Amino acid sequence: MDLSNFIMIFISMVFINNFILSKFLGLCSFIGVSKETGPAMSMGLAVTFVTTMSSIITWLIYRFVLIPFNITYMRTISFILVIATFVQLVEMFIRKTSPHLYKFFGIYLPLITVNCAVLGVAVLNSDMFFVNGKAVRASFWYSAFQGVCVGLGYTLAMLLMSGIRERLDLCNVPKALKDFPLAFIIASIMSLSFLGFNGFKF
Amino acid sequence: MSKLWQEFKKGVTIENPTFVLVLGLCPTLAVSTSVQNAIGMGAAATFVLLGSNIFISALRNFIPDRIRIPCYIVIIATFVTINEMVMKAYFPALNRALGIFVPLIVVNCIVLGRAEAFACKNRVMNSIFDALGMGVGFTIALIIIASIREFLGNGSLMGIPLVKGFEPVIMMVLAPGALFTIGILIGIINFYHLKQKDKKEIRRLSCHGSE
Repeated sequence: MDLSNFIMIFISMVFINNFILSKFLGLCSFIGVSKETGPAMSMGLAVTFVTTMSSIITWLIYRFVLIPFNITYMRTISFILVIATFVQLVEMFIRKTSPHLYKFFGIYLPLITVNCAVLGVAVLNSDMFFVNGKAVRASFWYSAFQGVCVGLGYTLAMLLMSGIRERLDLCNVPKALKDFPLAFIIASIMSLSFLGFNGFKF
Repeated sequence: MSKLWQEFKKGVTIENPTFVLVLGLCPTLAVSTSVQNAIGMGAAATFVLLGSNIFISALRNFIPDRIRIPCYIVIIATFVTINEMVMKAYFPALNRALGIFVPLIVVNCIVLGRAEAFACKNRVMNSIFDALGMGVGFTIALIIIASIREFLGNGSLMGIPLVKGFEPVIMMVLAPGALFTIGILIGIINFYHLKQKDKKEIRRLSCHGSE
């Protein structure tokens, strides 16, 4: 376990390879929920929680089930099933504890299942931290940490975007560009500025 | 026959998954850096869409309503896995270019959306044409975005350089270019729709005036 690796994962996943702004994972919810800061923040936290837990669970499944039985081609099916089950669990939990939050999320909570970011980080972990069917050293911690960082990057992008869109509501914009198209163009400008982080080197 | 043709046509035009329904954005934006990738991704998604639509509509009377989403996901994931293996064996270069987005077809909203909105209510034959229409619509949208991006960002189409002495806008093949292109394209389509609506409104008002 090397501390510099953790710092590298953090900077890479939050800034350089931000899942939304430079890898296009999880765009649907990004465009859909980012109209107000409150829901955007809670959506970001929900996604962070799910990406973290699903990175841990899928690592365990990959390491202790898929590799020993030599069925790594089952990766997609097993990962998506685990994630779907887990999201269902989170949904039940939120519905019980905070109906207000549940109403806020609306359709987007079940949609975390089909959020590319969640499956994306699971697949990325199994690509990055397993070499020739063997786990690299400390890969469990790297995977879990990568899950956290992807969630944080997602939350950051959500917060920035929702702040901008809240202000944009007061502006007079061309009718044809209202809502979706303008959101894409703003995301494009944000992504352009995030490209500046590409210079980071270790 | 004309009904089937209707099912096919609506996926390409009035219910185009990318431009009208705004579904399945992640792969659309990520792989549209070149026309070749776009065609590969479109073909892969069409295959998965076709397989899942056939199976889901054939099994629509057997799948219990309450657990239908997990059932759909398993069926879709099976076809994605088949697609992944075929691609790895026969098109390794394309597989490398598409990378993580090959397994991610499983979370493409278009596939699950069609299963939920169409295949679970319609006969197999209709579902096949619906899947083909949606797949072709998706592929066409991908090719349009990819050609704009490849031309502006690389000065070429399908890997063939078109103009000499053209300084490419590298931004267009990177992430910002994709978001910008789709924003402008949806804006243009909206503009067109708004204009048509205005025309109708004017016609309605002028009719009333003459009465």
